[in-house]
Amino acid sequence: MRNYTHRSRFPFVMTMLTLVFLYTPLIVVAVASFNASKYGGAWTGFSLKWYERLFQDNAIWDALVNTLVIALIATFFATLLGTLAALALHRSKHKLKGIYSALVYTPLVVPDILQGIGLLLLFEIVLSTFGEWMRRTFGIEMGLGMTTIVIAHITFCLSYVTMVVLGRLQEFDRSVIEAAQDLGASGLYTFFRVTLPIISPGIIAGALFSFTLSIDDFVITFFVKGAGDTTLPIYIQSAMRRGTPAVINALSVIFLLMTFVLVFVTQRLLTDKKGLKK
Amino acid sequence: MWFKKASNFFVGLPTFVWLLIFYALPVLIVFLLTFKPVDSAGGIGAGWTLSTLCELGNPNYPLIIWRTFWLGIVATAVCIAVAIPISYCLSRMSSQLRNVFLMLIIVPFWTNFLIRIYAWRVFLHSDGVFKHLLVLIGLADESTVLLYNQWAVLTVMIYTYIPFAVLPIYAVAEKFDFSLLDAAKDLGASSFYGFRKVFFPGIAKGVWTAVMVVLIPAFGAYLIPDLVGGPTSELVGDKIAQRVFNDRNLPHASALSALLMMAVFLPLIGTVWIRKLKSRKANAEVADA
Repeated sequence: MRNYTHRSRFPFVMTMLTLVFLYTPLIVVAVASFNASKYGGAWTGFSLKWYERLFQDNAIWDALVNTLVIALIATFFATLLGTLAALALHRSKHKLKGIYSALVYTPLVVPDILQGIGLLLLFEIVLSTFGEWMRRTFGIEMGLGMTTIVIAHITFCLSYVTMVVLGRLQEFDRSVIEAAQDLGASGLYTFFRVTLPIISPGIIAGALFSFTLSIDDFVITFFVKGAGDTTLPIYIQSAMRRGTPAVINALSVIFLLMTFVLVFVTQRLLTDKKGLKK
Repeated sequence: MWFKKASNFFVGLPTFVWLLIFYALPVLIVFLLTFKPVDSAGGIGAGWTLSTLCELGNPNYPLIIWRTFWLGIVATAVCIAVAIPISYCLSRMSSQLRNVFLMLIIVPFWTNFLIRIYAWRVFLHSDGVFKHLLVLIGLADESTVLLYNQWAVLTVMIYTYIPFAVLPIYAVAEKFDFSLLDAAKDLGASSFYGFRKVFFPGIAKGVWTAVMVVLIPAFGAYLIPDLVGGPTSELVGDKIAQRVFNDRNLPHASALSALLMMAVFLPLIGTVWIRKLKSRKANAEVADA
């Protein structure tokens, strides 16, 4: 006789097992970061020496500064371009809309290695075609470097901003805008005083999104960077190629804490229901 | 009215131009370079050729393409199989508990990708805790190497893509009307039958999205095989990077990329097309009625 109120425990067990799977490696790294021994195979005592070494390593600080500079510039432009695209897509009924949204949305699913090689080939072709000419006529030396990294980051971040902002635009109540216009507000006035405040949580969430993505990116940066450029992911990867240096444990813990805070703030912003349809 | 249209045109223009230059043009270049010869300096030669394409049939490429394909399929299957019960579990929780669990699943998803791979290198390391545990219970001996093989690659792929699979399925499952499942039970259906005939069709759209968002990055995986895999577990992504950085053969790299791009875009276009057909059919049925 089957019990009707009985619900299978299988989904819950599966969820818990998956969480164990997701967190075990991270916890092992976190514990190892406080371990005096190198691989965490045996506990040889509590120590903060990996954190000390991390803070003394100048190469990491240089990489961190590069990462933040790239992320800030890329986030600014990606947020601007992404928001403009969201506004255009939201209002448009033009026949090009299909192509436009394909241009904006397909980068979200194209594997990063393909975006990386595509951009590298584009930059290589531009450099070999115009590089010599630019040097002779303007004395400008062009090459792969911070500029190409920033261009690449803007490109892969902006689609995420559009996705988030457009989501917010589609959720909010159009009657608010119509009310403003009925009361005699001009288009620009309505935009700055009504539309912008309502979609601003979406814009901020989109900016946080692209900031995180930019800091996180390894593959695309690796393809379009110049010889000497390092970002934090590039640094970690080259350190990993040499083995499993224990300072990275400490760095991982700092990254994890940062992620927790960022995810928490972004979730808060996205669930803010002010000005949205019920 | 024309004024509104014109202003919208200028609002949309900068991003459109940006994406044409830095997204559409690179895609086009990848396809074009497939048909270009390589010159002795590692650049691109003059004229057109089909030889790059012919060389794809060469010694080890088919093996690597095949391996990329099946590792991608297996990783996707496992992720979906895990994500469905999780989504079910999440959508039946109280909203407070659900937010906590959702956040727990999202955090690893947002943690730096390299850090996650690094964590696995530490976890599976020959001097690490997990290895010691396996030796202790007799499942491995001192000489076993857990890293640098395709099982390590597969494990880390699954680890990385599980949140990708959970989010779209959960988004659909959350809106599912669970009283339908109770109704099926009242009518005598077993739990599994109810799941198969009532719950699964209800979330099928989310499952299909999940398949896409896991399979596509899995096909393009480069860092995972590069860092936890070995020479016997190379994937197409590794080969592309090698052709660019090691032996500087851009047309070869392009040909492999073009292949990967087709593997990504064809199922995507297929999905959009099928969904359009379905909605047209549904509309026609509504019109008929």
